[in-house]
Amino acid sequence: MDDLTAALAGDLDGAFPTLVESAGPGLYWGLRRLCGDHQEAEDLTQETFIRAYRSLGGFDRDRFDELRLSPWLWTIALNLGRNHLRSRSRRPTFVDLHEHAASEDPEPPDTVAWDDRLSALPINQRRAVVLRHVVGLGIGEISEATGRPEGTVKADIHRGLDRLRRVMEQEK
Amino acid sequence: MSIEDKLSGLAGGLPDGISEGVALGTGLADGYDLYPSPLGEVVVTFNTEGVSSLDLATKGYETRFADRHGRRLLRAEPPADWGRHIPEAMEAGTPGRLPVDLRSRTAFENRVLHIAATIPRGEVRPYGWLAREAEKPGASRAVGSTMARNPIPLIIPCHRVVRSDGHLGEYSLGGPHNKWELLTHEGVEPARLVELAEHRVRVQGDPATGVYCHPTCHVIRASGQWNVVDFTSTAAAQSAGFRPCEVCRPG
Repeated sequence: MDDLTAALAGDLDGAFPTLVESAGPGLYWGLRRLCGDHQEAEDLTQETFIRAYRSLGGFDRDRFDELRLSPWLWTIALNLGRNHLRSRSRRPTFVDLHEHAASEDPEPPDTVAWDDRLSALPINQRRAVVLRHVVGLGIGEISEATGRPEGTVKADIHRGLDRLRRVMEQEK
Repeated sequence: MSIEDKLSGLAGGLPDGISEGVALGTGLADGYDLYPSPLGEVVVTFNTEGVSSLDLATKGYETRFADRHGRRLLRAEPPADWGRHIPEAMEAGTPGRLPVDLRSRTAFENRVLHIAATIPRGEVRPYGWLAREAEKPGASRAVGSTMARNPIPLIIPCHRVVRSDGHLGEYSLGGPHNKWELLTHEGVEPARLVELAEHRVRVQGDPATGVYCHPTCHVIRASGQWNVVDFTSTAAAQSAGFRPCEVCRPG
């Protein structure tokens, strides 16, 4: 069990904000590349953590022992279907009193073209490429998160990168 | 630059607002917003379960909340499902369709607070009545301390619970003068309650119907005040041949 998992097992409420700080950026930017929309990626990131928190509350020692946080969080994130937006109306929504509004898109505009390129990939290749190279998960972690064998994940990444290279060639 | 390097440059830090949104969604923090009330601006706090507290928007309410509830407060909009019911619940002085979060209270306190919420606007009931309705007839003091620790005054109308001798009694939201203010705002004449108390009037009977009520019950007030009979106890009303009102249940 890594330090953070042990901290969550010992004091879920106390350690949970640390999980959000450490796993949040990868989740948000991975989801952002997968769905191409700031608001949706923000909602999905929050919903993933909220579901994770509820699940962790019911975990016993054995479940914590076998828990691998990143792939587990991504399993939740990828399983959140379109109906996640319904749950949004059941919880309070943060209002940022500082003028750089919370809903402001943090994306530098010159990278937006990547969403078009990625959206040209079949979903499994897109997921595998984003999880491997944007989020930085290992092959085993992606296999766990997506439920696909490691060989298939490797092939998805390989084919996805090939296709991206071809798309970029055509742009020139 | 390789395509892999370019892809890894497509990530960054956690955008503002996400960790706060998670804190609100998990219940590790409550949200708050400010609302107008007859007592001036108030802070209403809420979480996924419902409205969790109401306090005067005076200096230090965030600290007071953290001390009482052990959670932090974040400025937020209430859940869209029921947020619009907050102003109407404050105006009506009862939760109505507004969910309330009373998880911090004991089962007895929950029962008492929910019964208090049924006292109609413009009427008052004694602490003893509330104890009896909660099936703990001797527990007036416990009812008093439950009212004193009511986390959601105005919406759970503890200002409508008064001393059995008719005096208004304490009020947690800024003191007894605010209780007077609120009851006046609802059309109860607190001065009349004090006057009845001075004459030791506990219930009043309507000779036309043979029913006796708490003096502020809308049933007895609808009868017209000119011919009501004053009683110093429910026993006196019963021995005069009156029966208790089924609406205000004076006992």
